[in-house]
Parts: sequence; C-alpha cells; structure tokens
Amino acid sequence: MPLEAFQVLSAALFCIGLYGVLARRSAVLILMSIELMLNAVNINLIAAAAHMDQTAFTGQIIAIFVITVAAAEVGLALAIILRIFRNRSTVNVDEVDLMKW
Amino acid sequence: MAFQEVIFWVLAVSSVAAALGVVLLRDIFRAALLLVVVFLAVAGFFVMMNAEFLAVVQVLIYAGAIAILIIFAIMLTREVQQGNLPNRLQPAAVLFPVLLLAALVFVAVDTDWNLLQDQSRELQDNVEVVQTHTIGGIPDEMRGDIPGSDRSGLGELLINDFVLPFEIASMLLLAAIIGALVLVRER
Repeated sequence: MPLEAFQVLSAALFCIGLYGVLARRSAVLILMSIELMLNAVNINLIAAAAHMDQTAFTGQIIAIFVITVAAAEVGLALAIILRIFRNRSTVNVDEVDLMKW
Repeated sequence: MAFQEVIFWVLAVSSVAAALGVVLLRDIFRAALLLVVVFLAVAGFFVMMNAEFLAVVQVLIYAGAIAILIIFAIMLTREVQQGNLPNRLQPAAVLFPVLLLAALVFVAVDTDWNLLQDQSRELQDNVEVVQTHTIGGIPDEMRGDIPGSDRSGLGELLINDFVLPFEIASMLLLAAIIGALVLVRER
C-alpha cells in the first residue's frame, strides 16, 4: 500500500477524534476521542517508519512512547473524572467551570 | 498485493465507521465498545506495516487495559443514562475538523515523500530468489536480512539511543500511578 493511503486514513481518524473533543459534553467521551487521535498519530508514525527506512526502528520507538503516555494519561484523567463526579455529581464539561472566567 | 489491498480497505472502512460511531452514537456504552473495534483495526494496520510487536502492545494496552478503564469510568459515573449530548460549539466543531482534514489530505498527497521503495523492492527480489532456490522457505541465516523480521533491534535502540526518554517514561508512569491513587483516595 502507498504511504499516502495510510496518511489519509490517519488524518481521517484524527479529525473524527478532534470533532469528538470539540463537540461533546461528556468528559469520558472527550477522553475516548483523545485516544482516537493518539491512535491516528501512531498509524502515521509507523507508516512513515515502514515506508521510509525499514531497517530503522525510530518510528516504532516513538509510537511506543506515545502508547506509554496514553496509558498514563488515561489513568490520571479517569481518576480526575471520578473525583469531579464525586464532588459535583456531573461530568459535563460545560458545567465544570470552576477555573473559567 | 491485491490481497493486501483488500485487507487494507476492510480495515480502513471498519475503523473509520467505528470511529464515527464513537463520536456520534447516543449510547455512550456502545461508543466504548466501538472504540475497541477501532483499536483492533489499528492493530491490524500495525501488522500490515511490519510492526508486529506494536500490534501486540496495541491489543494488550489499548484493547485490554484502556478499554476496561473507560468502561469502568462509564459505569462509575452516570454517563449511560445521560447519553452522548453535543455542546453549544456544534457548527465550529464540525467546520474546524473538516478544514483540518482537507489541509492534511492535501499535504499528504501533494508532498514528494523521500521513500526508499527501490531499496525495499530490491530486498523483496532477494527474498523471492532465495525462496525459489531453497526447499522449505527461507534458510535461517537469511532471515535477518528481511526488513521488519528482526525484533531485537527495537530493544537495542530502546536501551542505547533512547535510554533517557525510556527512563523518563518510567518516571511518568510512576507519577501517574501515585497521582491517580491520591486523587481517588477516600479521606
């Protein structure tokens, strides 16, 4: 498959995730959309690594770090969401406006 | 080659459809299950691109751990009854990703990528020559020459060139564990 096919697919997944982040109210769904965007980035990195230099693993290494950061981020974000739900009994990001001015 | 294209299109259509389902479905629990479909399709793409180790990691971490955590969060909050509602930003939130998609597709198609296709074609020719001249496939001493078949390069790179990001990632995970524990602790 050509590199462009993977890049267009990755762009499509990224933009779907971006729409989810911008347009949805639920904090859990925003988190799921961020996971979609990170997966799109991983596809792009590994496609570039596979098409440009098949003997170098740099793209795969960076994808491993992206997966690590995603795992840490999901754990922390869900802890924050549970804490917000316990204190305010909502996870609607429009209502959690404590730090807005 | 045709078989590879069929697999690519099946995975591409299913992953994009499932991703649209994640952001558009009203039932947030079904959205979480469709997210697992996206993760598995992405693992399929990794296998297509000679990244078998990352495909296994993808299934273990994303389809295993992260999906379970998200479903846990949906069950512990009252997401399921409220559903997946849009917020007030709807027109801008449609317009901006569409514009970004157009820009990204233009860049991907229009750029002259510096591909090493000649090199990979040469290697594939070598593999075919070996396969036609030996009985029972590729001999062991030739196996390291096939691109993507040597997984030990990944580990060596991780503890030589990328040792500092590797250690920082371990500290990040430790901090995330402690932070999550502190946040959800009852006092």
